[in-house]
This record gives sequence, structure tokens and C-alpha cells, in this order.
Amino acid sequence: MPVIKVEKLTKVFGKRPKEALKLLEEGYSKDEILKKTGNTVGVNRATFEVNEGEIFVIMGLSGSGKSTLIRLINRLIEPTSGNIFVDGKNLSKMSKEELRQIRREKLSMVFQRFALFPFRTVLENAEYGLEIQGMDKEERKKKAKDALELVGLGGYIDQYPSQLSGGMQQRVGLARALANDPEVLLMDEAFSALDPLIRKEMQDELLDLQERMKKTILFITHDLDEALRIGDRIALMKDGSIVQIGTPEEILVNPANEYVEKFVEDVDRSKVLTAEHIMKRPETINIEKHGPGVALERMREEGLSSIYVVDRQRNLKGYITADAALDAKKKGIKDLTEILSTDVPQVSLDTSMQEIFNLIHDSPVPVAVVEGGKLRGIIIRGSVIAALAGSEVNLENA
Amino acid sequence: MLDQVLNILDRIPKIPIANPVSDFTDWIEETFSFFFEPVKEHFGPFLEDVSGLLQQIPPLIVMIIVAVLAFFLTGKRFGLATFSVIGLIFIYNQELWPQLMDTFTLVVVSSFFAVIIGIPVGIVMSKSNIVQNMVTPILDLMQTMPAFVYLIPTAAFFSIGMLPGVFASLIFAMPPTIRLTNLGIRQVSVELVEASEAFGSTFYQRLFKVELPMAKKTIMAGINQTVMLSLSMVVIASMIGAPGLGREVIRSLQRADVGTGFVAGMGIVILAIIIDRFTQNLNRQKGENA
Repeated sequence: MPVIKVEKLTKVFGKRPKEALKLLEEGYSKDEILKKTGNTVGVNRATFEVNEGEIFVIMGLSGSGKSTLIRLINRLIEPTSGNIFVDGKNLSKMSKEELRQIRREKLSMVFQRFALFPFRTVLENAEYGLEIQGMDKEERKKKAKDALELVGLGGYIDQYPSQLSGGMQQRVGLARALANDPEVLLMDEAFSALDPLIRKEMQDELLDLQERMKKTILFITHDLDEALRIGDRIALMKDGSIVQIGTPEEILVNPANEYVEKFVEDVDRSKVLTAEHIMKRPETINIEKHGPGVALERMREEGLSSIYVVDRQRNLKGYITADAALDAKKKGIKDLTEILSTDVPQVSLDTSMQEIFNLIHDSPVPVAVVEGGKLRGIIIRGSVIAALAGSEVNLENA
Repeated sequence: MLDQVLNILDRIPKIPIANPVSDFTDWIEETFSFFFEPVKEHFGPFLEDVSGLLQQIPPLIVMIIVAVLAFFLTGKRFGLATFSVIGLIFIYNQELWPQLMDTFTLVVVSSFFAVIIGIPVGIVMSKSNIVQNMVTPILDLMQTMPAFVYLIPTAAFFSIGMLPGVFASLIFAMPPTIRLTNLGIRQVSVELVEASEAFGSTFYQRLFKVELPMAKKTIMAGINQTVMLSLSMVVIASMIGAPGLGREVIRSLQRADVGTGFVAGMGIVILAIIIDRFTQNLNRQKGENA
């Protein structure tokens, strides 16, 4: 069961939300509605689910409504229409009191500019969520300390936020959210205010923490690289609507529309694409049936200088080059085993393009993609370059 | 013909405002006498008692207490302590000590009530735009109305002496505390308010654990202004018989006695500086000292 389920969640800013809502249903665009009613559509009928233990990233440029969306989920902004379910309970129908309980127990938030209380020490900041629940002093101190240890700030508990660097301040923000032991972490551009090196460090740390804690995380960002790095699934937003939801690969490889395509254009694809995406169907010969003659013939047909050799079960045996096959034919050798080269450059289906790139550079033959001993495909230099250039990605294998 | 047109303004009869206001004041005096009478009866003497009590303390002890407080309040520096002691010795030397104690009592009591009333009003104002729109013009009126005008009804309500002085300066000095409390709370950053909300704070938790601490500096600046305004009003209130340094100033004005007036004026300046520096130093926050 999904931890968070959002159904047709809509926010209209302005004085006549009902009218705008009706126009939305009729299919008018955000701009048209603004012109007609003077109302701004913040979020337009967003629907998605976040599963337990998943990092779900909502990505979009500024003004796309992503920050509004995350605030609708814990009702820091009241939705105009639509439903939000957390653990099956409908937040959008809750009283203030029930909502407060959910906020205390289930949802914690981490903010872009940290939002630490400057007059409280690091420890007191981390205690905040527990303090307002009325937990007694010793217990909340202990829990807050544990959370601070977890983010590596055990030694700074008596400092004030202003004495810490940006990265450390956001760790305090994270510890404050974790101290409550919530089921869901809402992270609003949590790392965007940090400089790139620290940002990367924090991303790694979040992934580490996630390994151990298995929280459900809803993460907002405007940075596609960040989204691809940490997201299990990504939702792309534009003008208040969700344009596409999918795994990082699905979004890169199969952009739903021109907008997404444009968005992913500049991404460093070598980090995301794997062997599976760029491999081709291999030409092979069967070691149990064929001899050097067939091998030569097939290489001539396909214009190859070498060919992979498999057995009946498509287990990879090695490869033979055209030179070796010609030599064998002249000498009258029938058995391919004698001329077989076995120093095959191998990768598996999920090897990243970056690694393949290094491997293929030094290899005289195409790289073999092997899974469980079986040959699944080959990768030639041309397809690596084509994939890096952003075209000709082979979907039939993926 | 032209004359008639130009005189058109004169044809509008004078709108009676002064008389109704006077009637209204009389009405208040009579209707609320159940309130004014006990206040006059008990609070007036109380003020005199406080001042009397302060005058009982040997001046040297007062000076030592002030010096020690100043020393620690300014982060163990001698500047304010030294100035305070020299200033107080000067006032004592000029035989203005009892007047100083009267003035001090008036300032402390009226500022105390101004703050006690002002902060809650400021909080309510910060939470509601409607209240803000209603209160702001009243505050403008309170601050721009010539201070002397307050003396007339307060004298009517509380006769003369310390008590009307306290009330007049209470009204005159309250606006800065209200205004800056409102401003301070409204200035708390959206993210911090969201943070406290997101963790499930109640209205009062948010107010006391986040908004008021964040607004503390601004509120303290308002209190500082309130104290200074109430000092200036206490001097004016001498016109309706409030005792203290102001009375010396007014007396010398009536006798055209420049010298005495100057000395009493100096006393007020010294008191003002001491009070101002004290309240400003109270306004330093924890994080800054560390």
C-alpha cells in the first residue's frame, strides 16, 4: 500500500477559485485561466502515489508549482480541491487537531533555507518537534542527541546555528526532522542552498541514511542531476501539472513529451544509461554446429572483423577474428575451439556507460554484455557515442 | 455675486465637535466613576508610597545597585556604571534626589502598564489584518495629538497629582510597543513559521516558542521607545501637578529662572540616558554574546 496517495490535488491562488477550477476541468490552460479570472493555478490536478521506503522526487523549474505541491501535502497551504491520503487517512478532510497529530507523528519537513531557530542551540533545535509534543526533557534530549549523532553533529550540540556552515545547518534541519521518527520526510529543495561539493556530499549521506532507515521520502528539487541521483522515481512538473512519472531511466530514455525531452537534453547521460540501453543484438555462430567457413561467411555478410561464439544455450564461449578464421580455413582446421580467443571484454546489463567507455576504448572487439554466462548483446563504439549524443537508444532491449 | 460664491465656505455652520467631546468626557467621568474612584483611592496613594519607599533608601546604596547592574548588563564594562554614578551624584548634589525618585516611579509604573497592555494588543494586531487596520489610525492619533491634550481629561478623571501623570503618559507612550510588537511578529520569516507549523505546533506554541523569541529584538526596541516617551510625558504631566523633575522645570519657567531650569533639565537628561542605555543593553540576545 502506498504511504502517500494524492488524488487530483489542485491549488488555485486568487479570489475566485471555484470558477478557475471549473475552467481547469474544461481544459483551459494556466495562462488562459489567469487572463479570464485573474487567478493563478499553483498545482493542477496532481495525482501520484509514493510507496513505502521510496525516495520520490518531484522535479520542476521555479514556478512549476513543486514547492506549492509539497506544502499541500502537509497542508501548510490549504488545497482548493483533491485528496491527500497518508497511511490511508484523508488529510484534506481532517480537523485542525487531527492534522496536528499527523504532522507530529507522521510527516516531518526539511526546508530549503534550513529554517532553524536562531535563538535555540543545535540540540534545542533538534528537540523542537518532540518538545511541542510535550515529551519530558530527558527523553527528548536523548532522542535529539541520537538524531544529531546520526547526521554526524554529535559534537556540536551546544552551538548556535549561526556558528555552523550551511551544510552543517542543513544537517541540523535533517536531525530535527528525524528526531520525531516520522514515517515520511518532506524535503523542500533541501540541498539547493548548498554549494555543489557539499550538495553532493549531502546527497550521498541521504542515500546512506536511507539505506539504514528506510523512510518514505518526498524530495523536491529543480536540479535534474540531483533528481536522477537520489530518486527511485521522479515526477516532472510543468505549469502546475505533473508531466511524467517514472524511474530516472524511463524519463531519460523515454521522455513523455517535448518538454521532458528538452529538460533531459543536457543531462550527463553517461551516469544514467547502462549497457542494457545501448547494446545491440549480437551476430553469433554456434560452436557446436559451425566451423571457420560459416564464421567467415557470416562476417563477410555483416561486414564484421570478428564474431562472438556461443553454444546452444547461448553461453558465451569467446570470439574469433576474421584473420584467425581465414588462417584456419587454409590449414583445414574444422574445430573452432582451436582458434577461439577467450579474453572477452565483458560487462553486465547494469554496467554504467562511464565504465563501458573506458573498456571499449582499449578493446579490439565489441564489448560483450553477459548475464548469467549468457550473451545478451554487444556494444560497439558507435552506439556508445550515439547514446552519449542523446540519440539511437535501443529500447527493445530495455 | 462673486462675493457670494467665495463666501460659500462661511455659509456652512460650524460643526459642533468640541462640545460633544467635552460632554462625552463628562459622561465617561460619571458613568465610569465606579472605576475611577477606586483607582483614585487606592492606586494614587500606592504610587506615592512607592516613591516614598524609594526615597527611604540611602542614595549611596541606590548608586551602588545601579553601578553593579550597569556593570554586568553591559558585559562587564565600566562605561555605563561610571556615567551612572557620576550622573546620580550630580543630581544628589543639586538636591534633586526626591524629585528624581518621583520621576523614576512615574516612568517605571507608566511604562510597565504600557508594555503590559501594549504587547498583547500588538500580538492581536499581528494576527488579524482587520484589527491592524482598525488600530493603526488610533495609534497615529495617539502619537500625533499634542501631549498636552491628554492632560485635560485625565485631570478630570483622576484630579491632579501622580495618578493622572501616569495615565497620560501611559496613553502617550504605548503606541511604539504596540506597533513594534506587531511589526516584529509579522517580520518573522515565512519558513520559520512554516517550520513550527509543519512540526505540529499549536497557536500558542508557535507564538511563544517561535514568534515572540524571534520578535524579541524588535519588541525591545519598542519598549525602549515607550520608556523614553513616558519620560518625556512625565515631564509634561507636571502641568497637572505630577511631582518630580518636571515640576522644577515648570516652576522655573513660571519664574523665568534659567539656572534652576537648566539644572533640573540636566537631571532629566541624565535619567534619560541611564534608562535608555539600560533598556538597550537588555536587548542583547543569547546568540550574540557567545
